[in-house]
Amino acid sequence: MDFSFSEEQTLLRNSVSKFLAANYDFETFKKISRTEPGWSRQNWKQFAELGLLAAPLPEAYGGLGGGPVDTMIIMEEFGRALVVEPFAQTVVVGGNFLVHGGSEAQKEEWLAKIAAGETVIAFAFAEPQGRFNYADLTTTAKKQGSSYVLSGQKAVVLGAPWADQLIVTARTAGGQRDAKGVSVFLVDKKSKGVATRDYQTVDGLRASEITFENVDVPAANLIGQADQGLALIEQATDAAIAAHAAEAVGAMKVLLDTTVEYSKTRKQFGVPIGKFQVLQHRMVDMFMNAEQSSSITYMVTLKLGEDETERKKAASAAKVQIGKAGRFVGQNAVQIHGGMGMTDELNVGHYFKRLTMLDTLYGNVDHHLKRYAALSD
Amino acid sequence: MDLTFSPEEEAFRKEVRNFIAANLPAEVKGKARRDMTSKADFLLWHRILYKQGWVAPLWPKEYGGTGWNVTQRYIFNEECAKAETPQVLPFGIAMCGPVIYTYGNEEQKKKYLPRILSGEDWWCQGYSEPGAGSDLAGLKTRAVREGDHYIVNGQKTWTTLAQYADWIFCLVRTDPGVKSQEGITFLLIDMKTPGITVKPIIVLDGAHEVNEVFFDNVKVPVENRIGEENKGWTYAKFLLVHERSGIAGVARSKKAIERLRQVARAETVDGQPLVETDEFSRKIAELEIDLSALEYTELRTLSQEAKGKHAGPESSILKIKGTEIQQRITELTVEAIGYYGYPYDRSFGDNEYPVGPDYAVGQSGHYFNMRKASIYGGSNEIQRNIIAKAVLGL
Repeated sequence: MDFSFSEEQTLLRNSVSKFLAANYDFETFKKISRTEPGWSRQNWKQFAELGLLAAPLPEAYGGLGGGPVDTMIIMEEFGRALVVEPFAQTVVVGGNFLVHGGSEAQKEEWLAKIAAGETVIAFAFAEPQGRFNYADLTTTAKKQGSSYVLSGQKAVVLGAPWADQLIVTARTAGGQRDAKGVSVFLVDKKSKGVATRDYQTVDGLRASEITFENVDVPAANLIGQADQGLALIEQATDAAIAAHAAEAVGAMKVLLDTTVEYSKTRKQFGVPIGKFQVLQHRMVDMFMNAEQSSSITYMVTLKLGEDETERKKAASAAKVQIGKAGRFVGQNAVQIHGGMGMTDELNVGHYFKRLTMLDTLYGNVDHHLKRYAALSD
Repeated sequence: MDLTFSPEEEAFRKEVRNFIAANLPAEVKGKARRDMTSKADFLLWHRILYKQGWVAPLWPKEYGGTGWNVTQRYIFNEECAKAETPQVLPFGIAMCGPVIYTYGNEEQKKKYLPRILSGEDWWCQGYSEPGAGSDLAGLKTRAVREGDHYIVNGQKTWTTLAQYADWIFCLVRTDPGVKSQEGITFLLIDMKTPGITVKPIIVLDGAHEVNEVFFDNVKVPVENRIGEENKGWTYAKFLLVHERSGIAGVARSKKAIERLRQVARAETVDGQPLVETDEFSRKIAELEIDLSALEYTELRTLSQEAKGKHAGPESSILKIKGTEIQQRITELTVEAIGYYGYPYDRSFGDNEYPVGPDYAVGQSGHYFNMRKASIYGGSNEIQRNIIAKAVLGL
């Protein structure tokens, strides 16, 4: 039983945090987020140069041979800085689909491109009616000769405005919510028939609504086996859940630190407000929420390689913990900062908004409590 | 003990309901739900009520009030909430106005009250400062007497809608040498006076509701002082209790829960309406039950008031529970709308249609914005201190 980080992992964390300290302070986050296109390709290049995009990917395909722990380290630092660039979508989700479901040709082409920072991938899975059910799909892909014809609509595709490739889930057989009959495709965003409506998100990111109208997708772009994509989707999204759990932990830690600091300097009634026991206990509860979230992030990260049931339970557990803790830490950071916590100017509100949306992403607390309970029967 | 309203009270309810149905313009109904009420919207409804003589139910009849009893005022607020009318801006009608007719002189009453009633003067509240939030008495904005003026220097913050205001009622320090509550004066200041600057504060959902107001050698006539110099804290405390009494928001929250149910009916989980799922139906039930308890706590407070016993520290319960329930409704709404909580609607142009369903528009923003409710009006921590001290004697 060993929870310590290796020397390489410590070096990785230091290089990421050093880069972000120099290039991604809070004012920079606001600037990047608020000016078109809402992200920095320059940063993406730097991430590639630092080896971050290659870190968790297999050496055989251009990666550095690390794994989920490297992702966890990177994403926690990214969470601390409110980083918008789509590491989770491209490296974690994209990488995961390719590693576990990709053909040799796909792996050779795309994993190398991801590692080198030459492609940005967005994951188009949610639909207006589907809520958190990956299998609830009205987007269809009909086999026609050596292609599939893709038609449908995807909702809130995070990072899509920045992407050149989309990983799209679609129904190739069965009824709207059947577990069987789901397939996954790699689609060039510039394909004829792909239309996007880009917009800003409440937590400083960008997303798109995407419609597919008879989009021709070569059969070679099918990831994994036709009709059997649901297991791949669950695996990739569980890995994404672990990554975003780390992101949330980073955000919670910043909120805790800034709140404690504020309470030591903000004086009312002649004393720093941190002297009031009510607030002390509140901050202790914030601390415990952050620590428990850190622990569960370790758990889900280390369990990504386990059997399907163990992995899913761990991912749902993490999602529940992060959702509840993120809400508590976020709300109370705002509360203890008083009026200042309500401002756009201060960083507190921005972390609170990011944590709020991380609760929704890939299913909220209720959804995952249900999934966890069903897996425990 | 009697839970029923009398036939006269029911007839009154009908009268109010019919009036609202006939006079509430369609374009302002429900806008508050999305934090979209503009200055024009507020004034439109204010003037309609004013014409009817109903804009100030709390005021004594001699000053333009309605002469309604506590129960009638309660019924009126309920009907307005059900119909989703804009709320009458409280700063003139519910705060400064009562201070003026309670502590002001005849000239002040004649000068200010009619214009507050008519909506001609828009008022804002100059209380909080960067260094004086919960510790309001610690305020530092200084007023120095020079002949027949006060010269005011300092800064107010979190001043709601000061960007629209014609007048500001201000707590200022006239004696820095005594205990902080004992050196405060209540001044009425014309926002057009030279030396006043208003700077917007944008809050976390992107709204411009609050401001900083700077005073740089602002000359305020002595006639604009309410009551006695250095006795302002008394008038401020009177007002703070008034600020809290409307704050349970039961009827507005009932309406908001109705809206939440509609959202949860439209949202489905694998074909089943979210509102019918075990998890969500229980959450709404718990919320409604909490609100029912608050409703009756408010009615108990009101029945005491009707007997002439004024609400004191008990109003802190109304503030705490009222705001916690308001916040909980926004929390559940965010849960209900799922992924369509993501789009940042404030960034859309006027002619752009929403990304997701109409009912999701602005709801994440509303959740973020409502975090202020447990902070303003005396934070919920301060309110608990008040109950501990003044009710439990701790």
